[in-house]
Amino acid sequence: MAQLKRKNSAAFYDVDGTLIRINIVHAFAFYAMRQASLWDSIRVTTQTAASVPLFWAADKVSRKWFNELFYRYYEGFSEDRLIILSEELFEEVILPNIYPRARDLIAESRRAGVRQVLVSGALDFTMRPLARYLEVDDVIANRLEFKDGYATGKLAKPFIGGATKPVLLRDYAKKHGIDLAESWAYSDSYSDLTMLAVVGRPTACNPDRRLRAVARSYDWPVLDLS
Amino acid sequence: MRAIRPRTRARDREQIVTIDTDSAPRILFYGENFLLEDLPVGTRVIYPRRPMTGVANRQAAIRYALNHPEDMPPLHALLEPGMVVTIAVDDISLPLPPMARPDIRQTVLEIVCEMLADHGVDDVHIIVATSLHRRMHDHEIRRMVGDKVWNEYWPDRLYNHDACDPDGMVVLGRTRHGEIVETNKRAADSDLVIYVNINLVPMDGGHKSVGVGLCGYESLKAHHTPKAIVDSNSFMDPTASALSHSVDRIGRVCDEHMKVFHIETVLNNRMFSGPLDFLMKNEDDFTESDRLKYHAIKWTLDRTPRPLRREIFMRTPAAYELIACYAGATEPTHAKTLDKSYEQYAVEVEGQADILISGVPYISPYNVNSKALNPLLVQVMALGYFYHMYRKRPLLRDGGVLIITHPCSDHFDPVHHPSYIEFFNRLLPETRDSYTLEKKYQDEFAYNPSYVEMYRRGNAYHGTHPFYMWYWGQRGREKVGRVIVVGADNTTVPEILGWETAETLAEAIAMGRSTAGRSAQITMQHHPPILITDVIG
Repeated sequence: MAQLKRKNSAAFYDVDGTLIRINIVHAFAFYAMRQASLWDSIRVTTQTAASVPLFWAADKVSRKWFNELFYRYYEGFSEDRLIILSEELFEEVILPNIYPRARDLIAESRRAGVRQVLVSGALDFTMRPLARYLEVDDVIANRLEFKDGYATGKLAKPFIGGATKPVLLRDYAKKHGIDLAESWAYSDSYSDLTMLAVVGRPTACNPDRRLRAVARSYDWPVLDLS
Repeated sequence: MRAIRPRTRARDREQIVTIDTDSAPRILFYGENFLLEDLPVGTRVIYPRRPMTGVANRQAAIRYALNHPEDMPPLHALLEPGMVVTIAVDDISLPLPPMARPDIRQTVLEIVCEMLADHGVDDVHIIVATSLHRRMHDHEIRRMVGDKVWNEYWPDRLYNHDACDPDGMVVLGRTRHGEIVETNKRAADSDLVIYVNINLVPMDGGHKSVGVGLCGYESLKAHHTPKAIVDSNSFMDPTASALSHSVDRIGRVCDEHMKVFHIETVLNNRMFSGPLDFLMKNEDDFTESDRLKYHAIKWTLDRTPRPLRREIFMRTPAAYELIACYAGATEPTHAKTLDKSYEQYAVEVEGQADILISGVPYISPYNVNSKALNPLLVQVMALGYFYHMYRKRPLLRDGGVLIITHPCSDHFDPVHHPSYIEFFNRLLPETRDSYTLEKKYQDEFAYNPSYVEMYRRGNAYHGTHPFYMWYWGQRGREKVGRVIVVGADNTTVPEILGWETAETLAEAIAMGRSTAGRSAQITMQHHPPILITDVIG
């Protein structure tokens, strides 16, 4: 089949809830349960489980607060261990939770010559195996700060999430010669409204109630990838 | 409504009524409601022909056609154990409104599937030939094919065609005019394709069944163009339609590569029955019961919210009856179908009209079970379908005035028509020129990944479908002098479509007369049900 090839377009995908069913807490729980010693695994897992209500409350107030709080729990994790575990995380947790139609959507977009980019508040090493599997061109994700091979519990700048996503999209577009008016953004969450609003072709994927209402108001396409 | 004396008219002239001083007011469709309007004395009202009598035993008529096909051996003689067979069926765009159960496709499929099983043919797939239309919902397919076929074939061997499946489509070649012939791979790889058609109007069936029903975008692109539309004198007369000629060329290439056995069914025009049967009558002949039904329905509709009104209409199936079934090779089968179709629909009319009045109903081929007849579909009903309901010469003279009645609300169904919304709000305000839209934007919409996904896995029309709707009206736009819409509930939609507005039909007629003259010939097409005019003189 013939195909229109777009040269200056990109498709930006939020990941958690949009392309996969799980979120960054699942990923952290996976890492927490696989500490170097059994005692550490029990300690970190228990600590994480006890903090879930706090994470939930922080996320309701601000995605930025949530991330700052959440990533502190990574303090002391070894970098090379996290990278090795991220491959296991992908195979055991992420792969079975990729929405069935997500890969088709990306394949269709790639056939149209559109540059494929994952934009996620999750950590870059967690996203890399997924990016490889989905054959996307780039990943914009949060990075942990490491000192002497161990995580400090802080995020390297720029922080990615909520209101900062459109800024990063603009920077990315400028760097790669992308026309945002001719680009797509896909997200499931109202918290990504700013990212959706910055492109010419916003699309709600498996949207939450607030985003669905916005999508209907602005006549954005609504996809169900599940 | 005034009580009107019953009249006796010659049966061969009963389709044409001239309004006089004591004529009854006429009922016009107004979306999901009706208007009751007094027409000026001298106005000509054209009614459809009476429904032809349905065959007494439709199973017998279908079996007879399968055993006595045109230019092909009988179906049973084509079957061998172990062969691969694909059955393609027309989608929900036909008939309108959907017919009462059992759908004629169900009857045909039950007979054909039984015959296939009796001959040891097990590798059978049934594909709903949607072309670039929306995928039918599961419940719609079940209603269409019936429980027996559904239980046996769904979902692995009964499914919607997918024109955007890169692994499911194959290019068979090109026509001598260079048109790409791309079709469904399963059908192309089959030893036999059986196409089950419903012929509602003469533009259905024939080579269009396989050539369009199972095609891909690049193939459809060859003939769904503004130029092909403008070069088609009438869509309802295939001999004078560039669109049909192109489809025929594509269909012939399909026939060279595939063995296709067509089963074409012709329905009468019994579109309304029961509480709506007054819509099948001349208002001058209304009985007290008809008047009561009309006023009761009108009273109810006036007090019912629009979504509920739609639901009421959509849940009222038509009482269509089978009037003929033909089978066999594409062209000889379709020739017989066309003859029967014209017998039901063609109405002879003397002379063209200067002003043509049409009521636009709630339904079109592209919004069955949708939340609205959106503005683009109102446009296609007016300038695409109703203007084109003729053979040879248009009923409305070139430069004439077309008056339609519809609220033209700014309502779209975001599930079925997502790309329509962008087309209407982003492209049309920029230009109404079909040629520019085709060149500049059509491929952009065709390969928009979101629209492709919504077409393939959701229930959306293909991203390019609104373009075809707009092209469909191109010839009408070029030939008609003015379009005036009566009763629009806003000014934005008519303005974007390039139409004028009037509060009442009387005002619209006065506006029309200001250009067509005081002695303008005014004609009202009293449809639906469907009618096709043959203008003589």
